[in-house]
Amino acid sequence: MRRDIPLLITGIAGVVFIVQYFIPHFPFNRFSNWFSDWFSIVAACAIWLGALNLFKLSLEKIHARREGWGYAVITIVCFLLMTVVGFSEGRDYSKVGTGFDWLYNYVYSPLSSTMFAILAFFVASASYRAFRARNFEATLLLIAAFLVMLGRVPIGDLLSGFMPPGMRLSQLATWIMQFPNTAGQRAILIGISLGIVSSSLRLILGIERSYLGGD
Amino acid sequence: MEHGAKSRYEIPVLIAVVTLTLVIYVARHAEWFGYLQLSAGLSLILMLLVAGSLIWILIRTLDGNPAGRRMVFLYVAVAVVLPLSMQLTQKIEVTPEVNQLYRGLQALPHGAKVLATFDYDPGSAAELQPMAETFFKYAFDRGFKVIIMGLWPQGPAQANMALTKVLSEERYKVKSLRYGVDYVNLGFQSGNEFVIQRMGGEFKSMFPTDYNGTPYDSLPIIRNVKNFSNIDYSFNLSAGYPGTKEWVLVGVDQFGFKMGAGNTAVQTTGMYPYLRSGQLIGILGGMSGAAEFEEITKYRGKGTKFMLSQSFSHVVVVVFIIIGNVAYIMFERGRATEKKKKA
Repeated sequence: MRRDIPLLITGIAGVVFIVQYFIPHFPFNRFSNWFSDWFSIVAACAIWLGALNLFKLSLEKIHARREGWGYAVITIVCFLLMTVVGFSEGRDYSKVGTGFDWLYNYVYSPLSSTMFAILAFFVASASYRAFRARNFEATLLLIAAFLVMLGRVPIGDLLSGFMPPGMRLSQLATWIMQFPNTAGQRAILIGISLGIVSSSLRLILGIERSYLGGD
Repeated sequence: MEHGAKSRYEIPVLIAVVTLTLVIYVARHAEWFGYLQLSAGLSLILMLLVAGSLIWILIRTLDGNPAGRRMVFLYVAVAVVLPLSMQLTQKIEVTPEVNQLYRGLQALPHGAKVLATFDYDPGSAAELQPMAETFFKYAFDRGFKVIIMGLWPQGPAQANMALTKVLSEERYKVKSLRYGVDYVNLGFQSGNEFVIQRMGGEFKSMFPTDYNGTPYDSLPIIRNVKNFSNIDYSFNLSAGYPGTKEWVLVGVDQFGFKMGAGNTAVQTTGMYPYLRSGQLIGILGGMSGAAEFEEITKYRGKGTKFMLSQSFSHVVVVVFIIIGNVAYIMFERGRATEKKKKA
């Protein structure tokens, strides 16, 4: 029973969404809306579940004094701070000028941007150490990367200003993006889509059951 | 040993970061940055010095002393920070995809209803926030009615940040734009693609109230908006999942509305098939896309300003990749010579 009901829900929801795409009329559209609403409810609950799980794991880390437990303290303090400030302001929490808004603009936003900005340094370092012209394919990739990196910024045209029109770096970068890149992306998309179709069918038909957990 | 070394550096690095942050904070409030503007001549001299030092690194690499990763970090930092104070201008060429997006917006009539979807968080704000600001400026100048929403929890807050900035400008203050009449923020709704799917039937089912809790029907701008058929154009700003791809697959394909998008640079490459097939009207890719959008709309802002840093840092990364490859080729040659000797 514990396995049959989830399999049944998956199967029915899957079939309803497929049929609804081709016949967007009653009763399929009604069922589709019903499942979509439930998905939103489950997704909203999952946000809470995720937050509580983070809270629990951080507490466990502090209790066991595992490596980096100090960061877990910061996580909990920030988590509680945002939650308490948000709830204390009631429905107006999201308005401009509230405490929550201040925390978002001056704490969360700069910290999040900083984390992302660090990526630039790691990408540069990783490119320096790993981007090698080891063989023909890697060299081709390297040349394409150079052309796109320089062609996508204004300095590219400054460096290639002496080239005839159509051969400037920005134009070469646009050509690479519009043709070889699009062709490659299409091939990847078609491959992924076929994979999604086959795995969706396996899920709907109950062949693929690993998502249920257990054996 | 590694952990010990890490612990030894943690406190001094933390102190340095806090001190630097305080200095920047004071400098910003005291408007010291105004005095830090480097003239074009001085900027060129500094650039030549940086270029010279990179040649020196290349020579050292040829001598068998390759630069460490900290050197790369230092150069990237210099390449990003230094141009912020430089008074150099660059000619920004507008790419066809940005031009297409602009033409799509230009074709809209005065008072057109535009759905602006914000699917990103502060991490991607450097690339997407300038696009958002330019879009709002253009939309308000053309008299579009802007309906904002987000599939990411932070999206509507990012939209509010851009709105606050744009509306504080004198040009828009005099327009007396009214919330609920000229623009509205519907907020975030969980459910990813399913939100788009449900909005195809009825917007109100997913957004019974706006971001501030005002009932849907009491907002004049959306009172007569039932679903996508009442929307003239959709503009999506996205940094991942759910984002442009989901809007194209579930929204554009199924409900047939027109859509343009602004994406982070890494995400843009994956969107070209949708652009070429006409599912997307146009696309703004990364900060260069933001700068091009500013260029074509004539609202020059952060995107244009930061392009010098981007140009500089791209050149530095390319030079370091070349240096890395020089070191690699030398290493391979050395190994081949050793093999020959052994043989």
